[in-house]
Amino acid sequence: MRGYVLKKVGWSIGTLLFVVVFNFFLFRLLPGDPIGLYTRGRNMSPEQLIRLRQQLNRPIGEQFVEYLANPFASAINSTRFNRPVWEIIGERVWPTVLLVGTAVLVAAVAGVWLGIRSGWRRGSRFDRITTGTTNTLYAMPEFWVGMMLIMWLPFFPSGGINSVGVSGFFATAVDTAWHMVLPVTALAIVYLAEYTSIMRASLVDELRQDYLTLARAKGLREDLVRRRHAVPNALLPTMTLIFLNLGFVIGGAITVEYVFSWPGLGLLTAEALRGPDIPLLQAVFLLFSLGVIVFTLLADLLYAVLDPRVSTQ
Amino acid sequence: MTAITWQRRRATASRFWADFRSHRSALAGLGILLFFGLVAVFASVLADPAGLDVTKATAPAHAAPSADYWLGTDQNGRSVLTLLIHGTRVSLIVGLAATAIAIVIGTIVGIMAGFYGGWARSTLMGFTDWFLVIPFLPLAIVMATVLGASLLNIVIVIGVTSWPGTARLVCAQTLSVRERPYMERARALGGGDWHQMTRHILPNVMPLVLAHVVLTVSVAILSETTLSFLGLGDPTRPSWGYILDNAYGTGAMSNGEWWFVLPPGLCVVLVVLAFTLVGRALEVVLNPRLREGS
Repeated sequence: MRGYVLKKVGWSIGTLLFVVVFNFFLFRLLPGDPIGLYTRGRNMSPEQLIRLRQQLNRPIGEQFVEYLANPFASAINSTRFNRPVWEIIGERVWPTVLLVGTAVLVAAVAGVWLGIRSGWRRGSRFDRITTGTTNTLYAMPEFWVGMMLIMWLPFFPSGGINSVGVSGFFATAVDTAWHMVLPVTALAIVYLAEYTSIMRASLVDELRQDYLTLARAKGLREDLVRRRHAVPNALLPTMTLIFLNLGFVIGGAITVEYVFSWPGLGLLTAEALRGPDIPLLQAVFLLFSLGVIVFTLLADLLYAVLDPRVSTQ
Repeated sequence: MTAITWQRRRATASRFWADFRSHRSALAGLGILLFFGLVAVFASVLADPAGLDVTKATAPAHAAPSADYWLGTDQNGRSVLTLLIHGTRVSLIVGLAATAIAIVIGTIVGIMAGFYGGWARSTLMGFTDWFLVIPFLPLAIVMATVLGASLLNIVIVIGVTSWPGTARLVCAQTLSVRERPYMERARALGGGDWHQMTRHILPNVMPLVLAHVVLTVSVAILSETTLSFLGLGDPTRPSWGYILDNAYGTGAMSNGEWWFVLPPGLCVVLVVLAFTLVGRALEVVLNPRLREGS
C-alpha cells in the first residue's frame, strides 16, 4: 500500500513539473511582440516598458528558473482586469465549484440509476431506448443544449448568478438556485450520458461473474442479487471514473458558463480569449491542469482504498 | 499478388460486410454520413458560394424562414441554409484532417513504444500519459489563441491534442503482436526493425485503429464546433460552430429565432452520432471479445 501511494504521488509530482514546464514554453512560442500582447490596452510609462523588455530579454534559462520558483506568483497583472491574475481567479473558483458540483451530483445519481436498470436487463426495450438516448445526448455540444434551453424555457433566467437588487442570505441562495436551473441542466444532460454508459458497461462486465451464479444458487431473490452483489462491485470502477472525470469536467464547463454568463472560471477563460489576455490565460490553464492532476491522484488513492487488490498488484 | 491472396481478401471483406450489416444502427449511421458527405462534396452546386459573402447579401437580417430562404437569414442577411451547406464541408474536412494527424502521431509513438519496449516504452508512454492529463479543451484553446485563427491551425490544434488515446491503444496492441510466432519467424529470416514494424506489426494493429479512427473523428468534429463557437475558428470559412457563435452573439435565442440555433446543432448531433454508431459497430465487428451477451 505504501509503495503504491508513493508511486502515485511521485507520478503526480512528475506530471506537475511537466505541466509547469509546458506552460512556460507554450506561451514563449507566441508570435509577434510579447510586450505588445502583455500590455495591450494599458497605460505604461516608457521606463516600465523598458524594465519589462529587459526582463524578457534575459537568458531563457534564467527566466525559467525564476518561473519555476513560484509559478503562482505572476509579477504581471491581467491585461483585461488590471489586477493580479490569482486574485481574479480566487473570486471565480466558487461559482464554478457550485455549478459543476451540482451538475455532477445530479448526473451521477441519475446516471448510475439508469445504468443499473439498463445494464441488468441488457437488450430489453428499456436498455435499447436508454442506450440510444445516451448516444444522442453524448453527441450534443453542451453549449448548444444550453442555447436551446434558453430559447425554449424563457421563464428561467438566462444568465448571471444573481438578479439585481436581491439581498439577504436566504433570498440570495434561492435566487442563485433559480439561476442555476438551466446551466446545471445543460451540463447534467451531457454528463448523464457518460455516467450512464460507464455504469452500464461495468454492470455488464459483472454479469458473467461466478459469484452471481453462486448468489442465485443460494436462492437469493433476483432483486437482492442485483442490489447486494452485482451493483456494489460494478460501482467500484464507476466511482473512480466519475472522480477521474471531475478534473476534466471543470474544463468542460467553459462553454456552458460562457453561454449563461456564469461568473466562474469557464467564463473567465472565454473572457481571457478576447484580447487575448495572455497572463490570465496562462494562469487559468495551469489551474485546470492542476485540477486534473489532483483529481487523478485522488481517484487512484480512492480506488486503492475501495479495492485493496489494486495496491498489492 | 497471387490469385489466392485476392480471393482470401475478397472473402474477408464480404464476411466483414455481412458482420457489419447486422448492426442496424451502424447502417443508419453510414447512411447519415453518406448524405453529409454528398452535401459536402456538392456544396457549391447546392448553394452558390457567393451567398457566403457578407457584402453581397441582399436579404433582410434575422428574417424568418420563407420560400426564398428555407431556414431564414443570419444577422448579415445571409441564408442560414447556405451557411449550413458550406459549413458541412468545413466541419468534415477539419474532423477528418485532424484525425489523420492524431492517428499518424499516435500510431508512430505507439508502435515505437510497443516494439522497442524497455526505456523507450516508459519514456514515450510517460510522455503520452502526461498529455492525457492536460485538459483537452483548455489546451486546444490556448494553442488556438497562440497560433491564430485559421482553418489549418484549427486542424493542427485538434490533431496535436487528440493523439494520446491512439498511442496507448496502438502500444497495447503492439505489445501483444510482438510476441506472436510470425514475428519470431520474421526476425529469424533477418527482417530489420523497420521491416518488422511496417510489414508485420502495422497491418495487424490497423484494424483496431480503424474503429478508433472513426470515434476520433466524432470527437474532432465536436471540438471544432466548440472552438469555432468560442470565436477561435476561421472567420472566412464558416462552420457549424461559427453559425452558433453568430446566433449567440446576436441574441437569436431571446428573439426565438429557432431556425438560426436549431439546424447547426442538429447537424453536429447527427454527424457525431453517425460516426459514433459506425465506430462502435466496427469495434464489435473487429474485436469479437467486446461482443456482449455471448
